[in-house]
Amino acid sequence: MAGAFWCVVEDDRKGAAKKVMAEVLGEATRLGGPVEAVWLTDKATDDGLKQLGEWGATKVWLLENAGLAPYRGEVWVPALAELVAKESPKAILAPVTSRQREFMARLAARLGVGLSADSVSLAMDGDTLVATRPIYAGKLLSKVTWAKRPWLATLRPNVFKPAEAQAGKSAAVERVSATLAAAQMKLVERREEASTGLPELTEAEIVISGGRGMKGPENYVILEELGGVIGAAVGASRAAVDAGWRPHRFQIGQTGRTISPKLYMGFGVSGAIQHLAGMRTSKVIVAINKDPEAPIFKIADYGIVADLFEVVPELTKEFKRLLEK
Amino acid sequence: MKILVLVKQVPDTATQVKIGGDGKQIDPAGITWIVSPYDEFAIEEGLRIKEKRGQGEVVAVTLGPDRAKETLRSALAMGCDRAIHVNDPALAAADTLTTARVLAAVIKQEAPQLVLCGRQAIDDDVGAVGAQIAEVLGWPCASWIMEETVDADAKSVKVGRQVEGGLEIFELPLPAVLSAQKGMNEPRYPTLKGIMGAKKKEIKDLKAADLGVASVTPELTITKLEALPARPPGRVIAGETKDAVKELVRALREDAKAI
Repeated sequence: MAGAFWCVVEDDRKGAAKKVMAEVLGEATRLGGPVEAVWLTDKATDDGLKQLGEWGATKVWLLENAGLAPYRGEVWVPALAELVAKESPKAILAPVTSRQREFMARLAARLGVGLSADSVSLAMDGDTLVATRPIYAGKLLSKVTWAKRPWLATLRPNVFKPAEAQAGKSAAVERVSATLAAAQMKLVERREEASTGLPELTEAEIVISGGRGMKGPENYVILEELGGVIGAAVGASRAAVDAGWRPHRFQIGQTGRTISPKLYMGFGVSGAIQHLAGMRTSKVIVAINKDPEAPIFKIADYGIVADLFEVVPELTKEFKRLLEK
Repeated sequence: MKILVLVKQVPDTATQVKIGGDGKQIDPAGITWIVSPYDEFAIEEGLRIKEKRGQGEVVAVTLGPDRAKETLRSALAMGCDRAIHVNDPALAAADTLTTARVLAAVIKQEAPQLVLCGRQAIDDDVGAVGAQIAEVLGWPCASWIMEETVDADAKSVKVGRQVEGGLEIFELPLPAVLSAQKGMNEPRYPTLKGIMGAKKKEIKDLKAADLGVASVTPELTITKLEALPARPPGRVIAGETKDAVKELVRALREDAKAI
């Protein structure tokens, strides 16, 4: 069947593709390809283009124009829609990030096609794509399919198996000269958050999280210390955020961030449904809680029933010892 | 200034959801329904804009079956001036794009300067409708808004959009669509007076035909709902804290290969 799998590139705004693109390109390859990247940017670097090739893109459609930064839906959507009309890809995939989430929704409306948002699995069923996505706070999975092509889907980060970079493989770069629509929105400023020195919550491979059992904002320092040792992002439950102990951007759960790390460790987190909604697709779940009845133990792979204030320092010490080896 | 707030009725997070007989929808029996939490931030923000300006109108709009009226009553009790209920069995299987087209048609009729919605409804968790409405109308939109300031002439709005690692501050000409993120405000509770008053406020009923919505064929179809695959049984590590921690670290390293 004609048409390629297009993977919309999420970049670091400095000309390199983000690591999550290995997952998107890897999945497009697994689905049978052909795999092509589309990159809307004000600046692509050679290294970025090379990386996309090594991750499996055979072609990169490059829309490089100063007007494409920052992301604005009213500029990006018509530019890509025009290319879609010319090239008829069979699918357009993108990782779930702040801008792709909105961009893909707008693009779907422009193209008049369906969008499977936050997909956790994709599979071909004969000639059609079937996506699986969590609904109702992750309590159920929904299988969805499209009435027509292109099939649009966003992919939850850290869920799909990343492509292994293959040295020497490269993508043909096709430069697309698009006439850009006038921007309606104007970027006034970017306010960077004070860096914690730890990874971003949604991108981290290890996430540790503190709940009501942390007892107060001053105690998160012990989690940050542990996070520093193992390279983990530090999150919080809604109870802790609503108590004002942590800013909302650290909240994991239904009204916060959805994460899917390799390792999640909850400290003094009870495991309310609303929290589970944001972390239940984590690969390995560890729960530390004084209360043996805490619901989080039901989904945990490993648990210790103990006071977190005794466990955390020991854990930090033990990991330090292990990682120094 | 006229503000439209889009709201959706969803099952309470704590409600147990069961797959219905057709395997494609949930069984509605025994579900407690609430206003989707993000929509409450949108309602609150709409009311605050009106209060700050000292004039204006805040209209709550929903697409849903008969029971969705409760959600409009909640919005009216919080302080919205009136409500619009698009209630049509022909729209029961509406996907996000159909929903966006229907709501865009309501917006065209009402011609507000600002449309507010939640960043996503917590039932199907798609989070596309706000952006899709903007696309259908050709309006600018900004998603996951943490703050906003409408200028004095109601010609533009400055918003703080939550992105990875910070906030992007954008200026948008009005009319525009904004989707609310948690942290933007603290929604008020309806007062007793508000609840009583809500009963007298107008709720206008609309059908798909009133909106000139032609096709309601969904672009995305649910073929099947499934329960979550069970996680393998976990292991509680007993013993003295020190030993338990040692064993946990060993297991994470050697058995789970997670670190």
